[in-house]
Amino acid sequence: MNPADGVIADDLASRHLAAREQLDAHTVEMMGWHFHESTACPFWLEKKSTLKFDPLRDIRGFEDLKKFPLFEDDWLRGGPVRRWVPQALADKPTYVFETGGTTGIPKSRVVIDDFRIDYELFSDTLPDQYFPRGANWLMLGPSGPRRLRLAVEHLAQYRGGICFCIDLDPRWVIKLIKLGWMEHLNAYKKHCIDQAITILTAGHDIRCMFATPKLLEALALGLEERDTSIPAVGITGIFSGGTEFTPQWTRYAVEELLGGPPEVGGVYMTPTYGNTLMGLACSRPVTAAEKYKITYYAPQPRAVVEVVSFDDPLQVVDYGATGRVKLTTLTREFFVPGFLERDEGERERPYLTYPWDGISGVRPYHGVAAQTTVGVY
Amino acid sequence: MLNLPVLRWGKPYESLEVDEVVHFSTGEPIAKVSQANGGIIQRDLRKAQAARDCLCRIPIRELIARVQQAADLYEHGTLPLGDGTQTPAEFVHQQSASTGLPEHMCRANMTKNSFVLRHMDQILDCLTRGLDLDILTRGYGQEGRGVLVSYQAQSPVLGAVLPSNSPGVHTLWLPAIPLQLGLVLKPGPQEPWTPFRMVAAFVAAGVPSEVFALYPGGPEAGAAVLSGVPRAMIFGGQPTVDQYRGNPRVQAHGPGFSKILLGDDVVDRWEDYVDVMAESVHINSGRGCINCSGIWASRHTQEIAQALAERLGPIDVLPPTDPAAGLAAFTVPGVAKAVWGMIEADLQTPGVTDMTGPYGPRLVEQPRCAYLRPMIVHSDSPEPEVTRREYMFPFATVVRCPQEQFLAKIGPTLVCTAITRNRSLIRQLTDAVHIDRLNIGPLPTTKLNWLQPHEGNIIDFLFRSRAYQAADEFLGEAP
Repeated sequence: MNPADGVIADDLASRHLAAREQLDAHTVEMMGWHFHESTACPFWLEKKSTLKFDPLRDIRGFEDLKKFPLFEDDWLRGGPVRRWVPQALADKPTYVFETGGTTGIPKSRVVIDDFRIDYELFSDTLPDQYFPRGANWLMLGPSGPRRLRLAVEHLAQYRGGICFCIDLDPRWVIKLIKLGWMEHLNAYKKHCIDQAITILTAGHDIRCMFATPKLLEALALGLEERDTSIPAVGITGIFSGGTEFTPQWTRYAVEELLGGPPEVGGVYMTPTYGNTLMGLACSRPVTAAEKYKITYYAPQPRAVVEVVSFDDPLQVVDYGATGRVKLTTLTREFFVPGFLERDEGERERPYLTYPWDGISGVRPYHGVAAQTTVGVY
Repeated sequence: MLNLPVLRWGKPYESLEVDEVVHFSTGEPIAKVSQANGGIIQRDLRKAQAARDCLCRIPIRELIARVQQAADLYEHGTLPLGDGTQTPAEFVHQQSASTGLPEHMCRANMTKNSFVLRHMDQILDCLTRGLDLDILTRGYGQEGRGVLVSYQAQSPVLGAVLPSNSPGVHTLWLPAIPLQLGLVLKPGPQEPWTPFRMVAAFVAAGVPSEVFALYPGGPEAGAAVLSGVPRAMIFGGQPTVDQYRGNPRVQAHGPGFSKILLGDDVVDRWEDYVDVMAESVHINSGRGCINCSGIWASRHTQEIAQALAERLGPIDVLPPTDPAAGLAAFTVPGVAKAVWGMIEADLQTPGVTDMTGPYGPRLVEQPRCAYLRPMIVHSDSPEPEVTRREYMFPFATVVRCPQEQFLAKIGPTLVCTAITRNRSLIRQLTDAVHIDRLNIGPLPTTKLNWLQPHEGNIIDFLFRSRAYQAADEFLGEAP
């Protein structure tokens, strides 16, 4: 080990420790908020009476959150939705965002400012060279009661731009897939891409965009059919996300859709991982030298991603080992004490920018993968 | 261990996603196969016309000669494969190791494929009914009746989403190259061997490598091939066939429900046909769509079932290297057990009897695979569900049914061997549109004449005969 490596290791160790202390303190602070009569939401106050411990007294750090039962996302189905609004925030304008809902009752999450905070933090990770301040954006993703649409729009506004959007109903897309109506599916995808190309070629000076892998690919192919390309229409920064964001897909996108790595093709693409419950986990820079490996880090202390044993969700796996994704959300607006996500991956070590655990190789959890429709838009 | 790349119009591409092919009984890795993502396929297929243009520069007669040369290379040559080479013996061993098919059956399938390559001139002559093959290249021409004819290629390439469990089906896509169409193949996950070796043989015989695309991958790769190629084949189960029924772009090959019918005029001499029946059920471990899954007669069905059970019931599991091995392994965990569960449920139906029961357990489970030993079931009427079953092992139901109800009750039938001299019955069978291949007389359902079409004529699938008129002074002047 050369001396510089030693300094980095020491620095990382101290940052890791500081981050852990911050997480523990933040956890205790959140307990004081989510379980105090004057601030808590009705749901957690009611739940508190069923617990065999007192969250205000017995939770002294992040590890103590294991005392809670795992969060069941079914609790989010159905109303009254106000039971999730902390009383201390009851007079604030409140949004409700939904996930699922192709059939049955969707899961609802109330939000006041979390999506703005999450995306402002994410904004700080974007390189201005490729995501220029003041540039306009295209949101090539789901519309309707989704957090993502408003969040991307806020990101654009926060960076001084204006966000253009398309109409895209993912619930209809899932129905088409389940019905096997592939012609309709392709027609609907084309309808979405046509909207995007119309906007991109209408002189709006759009430089940045959000797109899912499937839609980004379809957009690139649609532009190629018109003898143009993503770089040629002026896009320089792309933020994307989803379990379909594999190393091979990223390599293909960089090499064949975006004209090469950013310094060659002029387009920077960053993967993210997240959902309505958690927020947004950012990736380490993805490079050809590292075989396009994608490693995500949650926005601690507001949210934590752990990789836990398939058999014991209280047990974090070793570094490099495979496990299921467990999310914890600790914001003033929403408390999720350990939710088993429908994904799995490998536990990764902390690094200087994000001195806490990360996760790589995120993919649908093998136990439910066969029943889950992923990457539909 | 071999590393097999994606082949993008002849150029190897090593993917970051790799699938490991393992030996079905030891788990030992045999090959690492690069996986193509759907987008790569979609983009590559935009250049498909270049494959046809390239092949059209080589006369069909010349391509046939190269294909015939490829037959020898495929069967006997040491060929480059991925980052290594492969001898015929290695091919047989590798294919057996990943598919569970006994080695002698792999060798037989190899012989079948090279036979088709070697006789390509006759096969095309028969399938085109003697057409001057230059007409396919040019798109039009004189056939000798003083009328201009035209055959228009419906796709620059033929796509195929291939199976893992039946190496015999590869004969179906072999005519594409001499017909001057490129090949876009998505190999089965456990059987990359035939497509890779066949392409290597073609290239070694002088067919330009840029006309071949090989896309190993998951379901996304298969979907990309089917949606991006105007004419493609897919091999799958009944749901796959149902999904693509009526789609002119896709030729779906699924279960065959092939049958032997014994006419009332011959059924009293049923013993004469036990060999034909047993071979039809058992050959190639009963895996093919052309294997017989139903034997229908109006009487003596108990005795027929008993005789077949005595012949096939004792067949036991042998190592895949044993020349006497008659059974292929189920290599996907849980499949054999699930099939056995379905059969057990069917056996509860009144009037249904397991005739092979006395010959020991049918389900044989091993640590990493399982086998199902041959089964003969008797049904005393055509009504029970078991009469409409087909499985990937030697399994047949002997069905008692009045002859006059055969046509109404047999259902879709890929190969029908009708052992009868009854002119009226033969006439009805000839007219029955739910029968594809019809054999009259004691021919095994598995005995194919390669000079005849299979599940539709591939020429009709790939080319469209259409009107083409030209003013006299222009005739023959077109470039």
